[in-house]
Amino acid sequence: MSIKNTITTQFEQVAVEQERTLAVLTDDLKLIDCGLDSLSFAIIVTRLEDALGVDPFSSDRAIDFPVTFGDFVRLYEGFAK
Amino acid sequence: MPSKPRSLWESITAAGTPAGRLHGAGATVNLADLARGSSLGGRLEELRGRSVLLAVKDPLRAALAMLELDGVVSRMVLCPADLPSEHLAPVARNAAADACLGDAGDTSGGLDGVRTSIGVEPQLRAAQGQRVCSHATEWVLLTSGTTGVPKLVRHDLATLTDALTDTRPGPEPVVWGTFYDVRRYGGLQIFLRAVHLGSLVPAQPGEPVPAFLARARAAGLTHISGTPSHWRKVLMSGAAATITPRYVRLSGEIADQAVLDALHAAYPQAIIAHAFASTEAGVGFEVRDGLAGFPASLIDAPGARVRLTVTGDTLRIRSGGNAHGYLGEDASSFQLGSDGAVDTGDRVEERAGRYYFLGRQGGVINVGGLKVYPEEIEAVINSHPWVCMSLVHARHNPITGAIVVAEVVLADEGPDAERPASEALTRDLIHSCRQSLAAYKVPASIRIVPRLEVSASGKLVRPGA
Repeated sequence: MSIKNTITTQFEQVAVEQERTLAVLTDDLKLIDCGLDSLSFAIIVTRLEDALGVDPFSSDRAIDFPVTFGDFVRLYEGFAK
Repeated sequence: MPSKPRSLWESITAAGTPAGRLHGAGATVNLADLARGSSLGGRLEELRGRSVLLAVKDPLRAALAMLELDGVVSRMVLCPADLPSEHLAPVARNAAADACLGDAGDTSGGLDGVRTSIGVEPQLRAAQGQRVCSHATEWVLLTSGTTGVPKLVRHDLATLTDALTDTRPGPEPVVWGTFYDVRRYGGLQIFLRAVHLGSLVPAQPGEPVPAFLARARAAGLTHISGTPSHWRKVLMSGAAATITPRYVRLSGEIADQAVLDALHAAYPQAIIAHAFASTEAGVGFEVRDGLAGFPASLIDAPGARVRLTVTGDTLRIRSGGNAHGYLGEDASSFQLGSDGAVDTGDRVEERAGRYYFLGRQGGVINVGGLKVYPEEIEAVINSHPWVCMSLVHARHNPITGAIVVAEVVLADEGPDAERPASEALTRDLIHSCRQSLAAYKVPASIRIVPRLEVSASGKLVRPGA
C-alpha cells in the first residue's frame, strides 16, 4: 500500500471510530476543515508511527508543519524515503 | 491475638507445639524442631540486641531466620531476594546494621559497619539453651516499585499481626502457598498466618509456575496468595488445575472482574478473596463477594478496627497495622494525615454503592490535560474473552503531549474454537473500549505481544515506574 493510501485509510478509520464526518480528502483540503479534532490527529500520528515506523513531528529534523492534506502526505513521504 | 506474647516464637507456640512445616525447594523443616534447633549454626546469641540485615536469597532460610531473630535482635531488616546488590550498602547504612545474615557460603562482607556475617542453613543444629526473648524487635520492610534506594518501613510484631484476627489452628490443616517474597509485606502477612495456623510453601525466586504448583500440591496446599499478575500467569500456564485450593487470595494490584471471574471458573470450590494492603498502611480490607472493588459501607464504618476514609479521591487507612514510619534519612517523608491515617496513594471512585480503584496517584497519563489511569483501561481490555493480560502506558504525542497505547497478551483459549485474526481482535478491543470509556482513554494503538514483564514482587512492570 502506498504511503498516501495508508494515510487515507487511517483518516477514514479514525473518523469512523470518533464518529466524525470526514471531508473528501483532496490534496488542497485544509486539515482544519477536514472534520477531525485534535484527539483524532493524535491517534492518526500514533497509528502511522506503528504502520510506517516514523513520527515526523517528533523527529530532530526541521519540518514544515502541514496545512493541507497534501502537505501531510508529502511530510510522511519525505520521512519514509 | 489470644494473649500478648512478646516474640513470634512465643506467639506461635502459645497454643502448644506447632504442627506445621516450612516447605523449601530442597528441604522441609518441622516448626516444632525449631524449639531446640537453630538455622544459624549456634550463633544466635552473637546477634542479641543488634541491628541485623537479613539478606538471604532463599525464602525458607528467610522464614527460619525471622522465627529465630524476633525477640532477640533489636532490629531486623528484611531484604527481598530481588534487592539490587548495589542497594545493600545504603540500606545497611540507613538501618545502622552491624550484622548480616546471608545464604550459607555467601559472605555479604564489605558492608561498612557490618562486623558479623552468618550463613543461614535449613539443616538445623542444636540451639544454645532456651530461647529467651529480651527485645521488642523492630521489623524493617523495604518499599518496592520505585526507582532508587528503597525506603525502610518500620513495623513491629504487633503492627504486622494486627490483621490476624484468629491465630488458633482449626481442625483441618492449613497449608499456605504464596507467590510473594515472604520478606515483602504481602508475603510476610502470609508467612505470619501460615506459621500460626499451619504450614507454608513459598515460591522460589524465578521458579516456573508449574513447578511451584506441583510442589504446593505435594505439600497439601489449601490456601494460596499472589498478585493479579501472578494469577494471570497461573491461568496462562496450563497448570492451574494442578492445585485445588479452598481459598485463593489476590492483593498487591487491582483485582479486576475478569481475573476474579477466571479464578472462580478455575477453582469453583474455593473462596476467591481480594485484599488491599500496603507496606506503609497495613491491611485495609478483604473482600470475598467475587466482585471487583469494595462495598462503600467499608468507608467511615463506625467502630471498625480498620478505619478507611476517602479524602479527595485517595484511600486512607488508620489501624493498628499502620507502620510506625520510615527509618533514617526518609523519616520526614512518611505520609501521615493530621488524623493519624496513612495516605495510600491509591485513587478510588464510588459507583452505585461500591468503590473501584482507579490507579496510583503517580501513574496518571496526561492526554491533552485530561487524566487517564492505565488500570481503568486495562480492566476494560482484560474483560475481553480473548485477553489474558494487558499493559496500558503513555506514548509521546506531538499533539496531545501523550496518548494512551496498550500491549495485550492473548489467551490460548477463548469463546470460539479458533482465535480471530490479530487485526480483527484489536479492532474489537478498540470497539469495546469505545463502548465503556471516554474517547481520550481509548488506546490509539493496541499491540499484541507474546508476554508482559512481571517484577519479582509480582507486579506488572510499568514503564517509568
